[in-house]
Amino acid sequence: MTNPVVAIENVNKIFGEGTENQVQALKEIDLVIQPNEFISFIGPSGCGKSTLLRVIGDLITPTSGGIKVNSKSAHQARLDRDYGMVFQAATLYEWRTVAKNVQLPLELMKYPKEKKEARTREMLTLVELTDFHKHYPWQLSGGMQQRVAIARALAFEPSILLMDEPFGALDEMTRERLNLELLDIWQKTRITVIFVTHSITEAVFLSTRVVVMSARPGRIIRDIKIDLPHPRNSDTRENVRFFELETEVREALRESENQGV
Amino acid sequence: MRKNRYEKYIAPVVILVIVLLLWEFLVAALQIEEFLLPRPSAILSNLGRVIVFTPNEIPEDTSELAAQLKANTLIVSVPQNAPTTILKPILSATVLTQFSIGSNKIMLIQGQNFMPIVQAGWFTLKEALGGFVVGSSLGILIALITARWTTTREALMPFAIAVNSMPIIAFAPIMNNWFGIDNPFSKMSIVAIMCFFPMMINTVRGLTLVEPRSLELMRSYAASGFAILFKLRIPNALPFMFSGLKVAAALSMIGAIVGEYFGGPRIAMGVFITQEAALFRFSSAWAAIIIACIMGIGLYIIIIAVERLVMPWHVSFR
Repeated sequence: MTNPVVAIENVNKIFGEGTENQVQALKEIDLVIQPNEFISFIGPSGCGKSTLLRVIGDLITPTSGGIKVNSKSAHQARLDRDYGMVFQAATLYEWRTVAKNVQLPLELMKYPKEKKEARTREMLTLVELTDFHKHYPWQLSGGMQQRVAIARALAFEPSILLMDEPFGALDEMTRERLNLELLDIWQKTRITVIFVTHSITEAVFLSTRVVVMSARPGRIIRDIKIDLPHPRNSDTRENVRFFELETEVREALRESENQGV
Repeated sequence: MRKNRYEKYIAPVVILVIVLLLWEFLVAALQIEEFLLPRPSAILSNLGRVIVFTPNEIPEDTSELAAQLKANTLIVSVPQNAPTTILKPILSATVLTQFSIGSNKIMLIQGQNFMPIVQAGWFTLKEALGGFVVGSSLGILIALITARWTTTREALMPFAIAVNSMPIIAFAPIMNNWFGIDNPFSKMSIVAIMCFFPMMINTVRGLTLVEPRSLELMRSYAASGFAILFKLRIPNALPFMFSGLKVAAALSMIGAIVGEYFGGPRIAMGVFITQEAALFRFSSAWAAIIIACIMGIGLYIIIIAVERLVMPWHVSFR
């Protein structure tokens, strides 16, 4: 049996502990993520799914509980550059061109010049933005900016891609196209993806597993395996099994909201 | 359609000319005294004059012509064979350029206050630039230090903001006392203090107003504090630093000239202006003020040009 990529054991996160505004964001989270999984966190807003993503990425320290990433602490995994991050906003640096943005992590990680440039070209080809390498972020559409952000996240070959509602701010058409592109990239790179989303359709279409969380305090209430065959394409969305799984997620979400109240 | 790059300057230039013509005309028509408001032509004649030599006969009565030549009128037409006794006021002037149109010879000469004003301007500009460079550099340096050590920022910022809203120029007599009234350092130090605070406050703001997501991104790469400073905070601060520089540039000219109003060497701009005004020579005081304005605008334009070079990606140049 292979080692899990992420193993979370009884993690709790309380913000502002001991103050009047104390909020329990995560409660008793247990989760194991295997290599090459595409796992989505879904739940009502404020349920702590983004917090859970940040706890895995060592951007937030949990109040209690243990996390192992690639058999080491999350902190060590961050120092080892195991994570690629993509946020809802592309968060490109406006003073850098597209190519320079993709190169940012490579510069920080002291890649030799040739490898840096080769890797940048490779990444821009992957997200089909080769012609835009000299453009500045403001010259690109929202969807293109997000593709640059993905290229940047993948440039240094991290083992885990953390995505926090990456397509949340995009229109439906762009979102569907980028979903297909992301699946393609995932198949090519076989990276482990942890994906936070509000959209049931997106979660079911992309994932191998959907984790449904309850409203505050965030707990995992369902863990649904998505057994749709790969490769998936636009036809997948019209598959009967797709509807069944969507319904299952939807019902779990409804349940989670009732529990939260 | 895309406009020609010079086309956008046409309208402001036309407005400037109209305003000058109206000013000239109204001062003459309403018979406003020169000590209240000199005509633009009288102001300009301090810097340069146009002498038109015509093939006309010398008039019987040359007193009016002699008065015009003496009185610094901007454009004077003189018969070509006028005697040197009449031409005396302009004979020693430096000729800037001359050319002929038909049988008229046109000569552009330096006005009698051109050299004093330019020398005074240069002297004061050096004071302003010295203070500007020292004050702005220190402002940036201290801001960088406070960005690195948060406690220094928390300790210094309230004072910086308080001092920035004080009329620092009021300290000019103190500085004159400390460094000596004729010593350019007295004005430079006032200018440096005036430039320091807006520069420091703006830079600190730019270094700290970084998007939280951008910082998270850096943390996810396990970037060092130095990398975050050089690859995120400083580029993020550039637009703020340039607004600081623009404010500081304007303040530096104000600081230098007003500092000189409280006393300074005779060759300083502020001293020249106060002296000319005290002697009721208002048109030359005005001419000096105009040169001071041009120097201020020039400084501002240089900063904008550098800004364009340094950050072509910025919103303001799209």
